[in-house]
Amino acid sequence: MARFAFRERSRKVPRLGPRIAALASVIFAVLAIAAGRLYYLQIIRHHALAEMADRNRIRILRLPALRGLVFDRRHRPLVDTKPSFQAVIVPEDSPDLTVTIARLQKLLGVENLEKKIDDADDQGRPDFEPVIVAEHLEWPQVVALESHQLELPGVSLQVSPQRHYLYDSLAAHLLGYVGEVTLKDLDRLPDYRMGDEIGKFGLERSLEATLRGDAGGQEIEVDAIGRRLRMLREIPERPGDSIVMTIDLDLQRTAEAAIGDRAGALVAVDPNTGYILAMASRPAFDPNIFAEGISPSAWKELTTDPSHPLQNRAIQGTYPPGSTFKIVDSIAALMDHSVTLSTSYYCPGGIWFGNREYRCWRKQGHGNIQLHRAIVESCDVFFYEVGQRLGVDRIAAWAHALGLGRKSGIALDNEKGGVIPSTDWKERRFHERWYPAETLSVAIGQGYVSVTPLQLAMMAATVANGGTLYQPQFVREVDALDGTAVKQYPPIVRGELHIDPQTLDSVRAAMVDVVSAPDGTGHAAKIDGIAVAAKTGTAQVVKEAQGARTKETALPMKYRDHGWFIAFAPADHPKIAIACIIEHSGHGGSSAGPVVKQVMEKYFELYPPQGSNPPAPAPANQSAPATPLDE
Amino acid sequence: MPTIDRRLLYHFDWTVLSLALALCGVGVLSVVSATWGGRHHGLDPLVMRQLVWVGAGSALMIAAALLDYRALAAYAYPFYVVAVGLLIVVAVAGHSTGGSRRWINLGVLNLEPSEIAKLAVVLVMVRYLREEPPKGGWGLTHLLIPAAMLAVPVALVLKQPDLGTGLILILITATLIFVSGLNWRVMAALGLAAMLAAPAAWHYLKPYQRERLVSFINPQSDPLGSGYHIIQSEIAIGSGGKWGKGFLKGTQARLNFLPEQTTDFIFAAYAEEFGYFGSMALLALYAALIARGIWIARHARDRFGALLAIGFTGVIFWQVAINIGMATGMLPVVGITLPLVSYGGSSLIAMMIAMGMMISVNMRRYLF
Repeated sequence: MARFAFRERSRKVPRLGPRIAALASVIFAVLAIAAGRLYYLQIIRHHALAEMADRNRIRILRLPALRGLVFDRRHRPLVDTKPSFQAVIVPEDSPDLTVTIARLQKLLGVENLEKKIDDADDQGRPDFEPVIVAEHLEWPQVVALESHQLELPGVSLQVSPQRHYLYDSLAAHLLGYVGEVTLKDLDRLPDYRMGDEIGKFGLERSLEATLRGDAGGQEIEVDAIGRRLRMLREIPERPGDSIVMTIDLDLQRTAEAAIGDRAGALVAVDPNTGYILAMASRPAFDPNIFAEGISPSAWKELTTDPSHPLQNRAIQGTYPPGSTFKIVDSIAALMDHSVTLSTSYYCPGGIWFGNREYRCWRKQGHGNIQLHRAIVESCDVFFYEVGQRLGVDRIAAWAHALGLGRKSGIALDNEKGGVIPSTDWKERRFHERWYPAETLSVAIGQGYVSVTPLQLAMMAATVANGGTLYQPQFVREVDALDGTAVKQYPPIVRGELHIDPQTLDSVRAAMVDVVSAPDGTGHAAKIDGIAVAAKTGTAQVVKEAQGARTKETALPMKYRDHGWFIAFAPADHPKIAIACIIEHSGHGGSSAGPVVKQVMEKYFELYPPQGSNPPAPAPANQSAPATPLDE
Repeated sequence: MPTIDRRLLYHFDWTVLSLALALCGVGVLSVVSATWGGRHHGLDPLVMRQLVWVGAGSALMIAAALLDYRALAAYAYPFYVVAVGLLIVVAVAGHSTGGSRRWINLGVLNLEPSEIAKLAVVLVMVRYLREEPPKGGWGLTHLLIPAAMLAVPVALVLKQPDLGTGLILILITATLIFVSGLNWRVMAALGLAAMLAAPAAWHYLKPYQRERLVSFINPQSDPLGSGYHIIQSEIAIGSGGKWGKGFLKGTQARLNFLPEQTTDFIFAAYAEEFGYFGSMALLALYAALIARGIWIARHARDRFGALLAIGFTGVIFWQVAINIGMATGMLPVVGITLPLVSYGGSSLIAMMIAMGMMISVNMRRYLF
């Protein structure tokens, strides 16, 4: 029965009505799906797709900001920008690209321009987007392009600012240089784009944010084939701020000229502020070659040069301070009362400690000697004794307090800290105990001790100003384009050393006699009419063999000692403190001394000393205990 | 001209007429916008031509409405022969653009015979299927003649190549066969066979053949990469958002990111400027027209009239579904116009005539 009914129904002639109804339901289901899809695209995905539509039609043209200028302390420009010409081509605008490129290559005297276009295309250059085919054009090339415009469809000249260091290699390490931003930089710097300039070294790097300004841009509407239709919006660029440095152009020049072709460094600071007046490192490089885009061969030459011209010796060179370290011993000993001004030791030209002889530089010895003469004549034996009395940790504490063996905090990358050894340090570094004999080497600034020229300059400044350790700074002010000061850089005090005035007076008096006493080691820095306080030093490059007294000039250049000279003047109210090292020059008094003298003389010529100047500020707290650190 | 019964005018279907004209209006607006060259350039000549098509189409629609649709049955086969003949003329002496040969140059206009073929196929199928099917519906043997009549124009259209029209011809024939009474079991068997055959066929193709098939499906595939059209179309539609960017303010279409913005992708250009509510309104117009077509089919006086209404409603539906499906990225790109909206004389006039015939069916449902 059921089987029959099924047959009966299936045999019926189909009627249109139900079939039309079935079709209608399919149709409206499909239309509903279409409506749903439209809801998805136009409501749910609207934001993302609208952004894509804008990206389609809007092309952003970046206008990099003009980089800020750099001035010396007297507002004389050191770094500015000059126009640099580039040849650009819009390949789509050239009916016969091969011919145009051939002509362009002939005019410019260059080759392989096709490759630049191909490279740009490989990197997804949109149509009608110009390609820079030649940069830093020489004037004759510019003229050639200008006069052959009609034969070069699609080619045009573009001017862009190029960093210009007015005095070539002057203060190169301090000023630094700029270069094109790297892919690695781009990952961490969202505001930068491919091809942007960025400070790579020195001040250019440290003050990148100040100098750079804000790039402007134009929003340009383009059609599907990339033709520019109109400008939608323009954001003007904001030029970078200018920097007024603390260095003096003339002083810097004098310092660099005085070091000359020798390898060495000089740091001159204002002891009352910590402002750097000059910072020289020789040999140097010309930062302009970086602005023009340094060639790989030139870069290789710079980095492999054995004299390391890229190294800023003033902050990256670490050397044993030699006898200049005796200033630290003297202050430590007097403050510790281990030694008084009348304590006397006998110098026979060397002492035996353990089974080794520790020599004084003066073979015949200094006889009976007290602190004053020990500084003036730089007696090693006296300070061997002082060192034993103090112990390495007391020396280290005062050395640290005077800014040695640690970074000065100057706003430059890659500053080296140097080393001031102590029992702790040795335990950490070598897992070994401190041997008392090692204290003797430390006492005369040898052995593990190493410092940078900047640290010694800051130490000299601290002794000069009565015990304030400043943070060295090379920027005085940031100015807006119209010259109004945007930011000032007041002196920063890193630490107050509570040194008895008597102690300081004694050390200063001895340092004055280094220059002026008949037996002083620093005659070379004597200036008429100005009391210069100084200390010489010799940094051993190689340890002498036991008992040997090698004559310096008999050694090959690279084994010769470095000569140190630290000084400040005028001794009673110091205006300038200097540390100078000349590498492999033997004794500091004769090599670095004259350099310091020239810089001092230049300084007092530029800034004549006035008798009315107040003396160096007195220590803040005279009754404080003799602890070196108060930061 | 046959005498007009006064009652005819009384029963004239203003709904179909006004919906068709509204859609034409949307089309003209979209063509204006897509070709707008700024205030200084003014209207593109394309707009004037489209207006002329709308005018001519309206006249022909009314003429078709006044014609008694029952008389069409007699002309179905000759009309079919003429349409196939025109397709052959295209294949031999057609005017080709963009790699396909679709038009016959008649001086004042380029006639696109594949549009005429749509009308002819509907007519000829309805003519054949108006007979009552045997008990249980059409069997396989009954389908041989429609299949043969379908195969000739489809083959000619695919040769052009115009996959879109070929697809429409197949879909509309299938729709008519289904509605007119296809045996359920035959339908199930055919459906199953198609389902099994499609992936199997694809599986046995060699990679280069598959690629050929893809480029055959989409002959104008962009050198910028396959899918460029789809992406730009989706961007245009989606960037319109809720209310659209406003008339003449669609950047995707105006700046030529959108391909075929006056024809196959006109929906994207419209949706960009008028947004979600605009596209819903357009969809509603189509839904209303389709609903009216179905209503006419259900109330028609005879099978011929009912199937005629279903045939033309089906053409509208399938073209809308495939065109919007393609513009919104749900279907691969095939060249199918948005009926009554896309720019193009042949397609517009053919559609208007179809609407006229539908009105004719509706007007005559009371006459005996």
